[in-house]
Amino acid sequence: MSLLSARDLQVTLGGHGVLQGVDFHIDPGEIVTIVGPNGSGKSTLLRSLIGAVRLDRGSVTRAPGLRLGYVPQALRIDPTLPMTVRRFLSLPARVETATARTALREAGAEALEGRQMAGLSGGQFQRVLLARALLNEPQVLLLDEPTQGLDQPGSAAFYRRIEEIRAHLGCAVVMVSHELHVVMSASDRVVCLNGHVCCEGHPETVAQAAEYRALFGTGTHGALALYRHEHTHSHDHADAS
Amino acid sequence: MLDDFLIRAALAGLGLALAAAPLGCFVAWRRMAFFGDATAHAAILGVALSLALSLPIFAGTLVMALIMALAVGALGGRGLAVDTLLGVLSHSALAAGLVAITFVPGARLDLSAYLFGDILAVTRTDLAVIWGGAALVVALILWRWQRLLTATLSPDLAHASGIDPRREQHVLTLALAVTVAVAIKVVGALLIGAMLLIPAAAARPFARTPEAMALIAAAVGGTAALAGLEAAWLFDTPAGPSMVCAAAVIFLASAAFGRGRG
Repeated sequence: MSLLSARDLQVTLGGHGVLQGVDFHIDPGEIVTIVGPNGSGKSTLLRSLIGAVRLDRGSVTRAPGLRLGYVPQALRIDPTLPMTVRRFLSLPARVETATARTALREAGAEALEGRQMAGLSGGQFQRVLLARALLNEPQVLLLDEPTQGLDQPGSAAFYRRIEEIRAHLGCAVVMVSHELHVVMSASDRVVCLNGHVCCEGHPETVAQAAEYRALFGTGTHGALALYRHEHTHSHDHADAS
Repeated sequence: MLDDFLIRAALAGLGLALAAAPLGCFVAWRRMAFFGDATAHAAILGVALSLALSLPIFAGTLVMALIMALAVGALGGRGLAVDTLLGVLSHSALAAGLVAITFVPGARLDLSAYLFGDILAVTRTDLAVIWGGAALVVALILWRWQRLLTATLSPDLAHASGIDPRREQHVLTLALAVTVAVAIKVVGALLIGAMLLIPAAAARPFARTPEAMALIAAAVGGTAALAGLEAAWLFDTPAGPSMVCAAAVIFLASAAFGRGRG
């Protein structure tokens, strides 16, 4: 039984078709990573899963009573909005201080409780967003390019933390990522997206797939891949489901 | 020392300050200043409507402000940049209102009262409308406070928590229209935006949480209302603009202090 699944998603944004016929599912405890070139609809797929995008066609199904935690892509807080980290964690549902501290510790942000959100560094900000997503002990954690703007050691540490959290909470994780080398080592399953699902499966399998190589080149596990947008690559088997 | 009409004026100013403070904070946080102006300028069209149909001013301005706010919402994201669109609507509404009022017999003399307010002429009925409207706005914002804040931070975070950010936008639109309708008698259509924004901006350097900012803004707005009235009484200046000037002085002091601290 999938925690969260999408069937035949079609999404148009600003007159452009972003997703066509996309199927997706996440099972308990899995780490699934969505990769793809810029503009391939990765974020849109994730936002569809949380209900933030109007669907032209298709449907998203949640397991009954599903608790999900969402970490958005680098959020900007208007500097006119005063907001301490502690206050931020109590939105929209107020949480006990003990709960907030546990989540902050888990996300490696325990020292930030009294700080202003607008004054945090990129890495600190992402850890606070992660802490907020952990408050309700999510069954599935959705992360949209969570390490954008972090340096290499910073993002490696962030992914290690995600694995620890998964081990501890037993939650499933859906990540959108650009960092193919990390993705390849840390994921149970990879979904390669380019408006449609090009290919998906175990990281090793996907790395060998012709569709994947057409998008990311044939470098060492795609680590040196060019993020080139190929419209012309062909599919022998039309679509993985 | 205060005559009866001055007490009524003071209470009217305080009522407006109370409603404008939390709403003004959202206007600042969501960068809706131009949106607030457009809605306020539409109120003049509402005044013309009220005078032509012999409706209460409050009703006409409320309806026009709502229509304007909804029109802006509906037209948004259709090619034109939002600030361009708001600029077009805002100034067109003001001009159309000024033109429309000239067609209403006998209304021309009163025009400045609607543009800059006429707080010294506030009646008991006006006071009841102002406080009723202010209470409605405050109650609405308090009720939705957590959801409004979440939607203001990020529409996606709101969606993930099961909150529809568009609904929260409608809540603010309604609150704004009521505030405009309430404020037209106090500071007039041209200065409503000032009473929304200036207290909120003055409160910012002293606040660490959104709640503190709204409370400080209410204190700033209330102080400005009373100080402005006092100045209007002493120097025989127009009351509405005097209140806004008082708020601006507080803002300058706050900005200087905030810079010194930062």
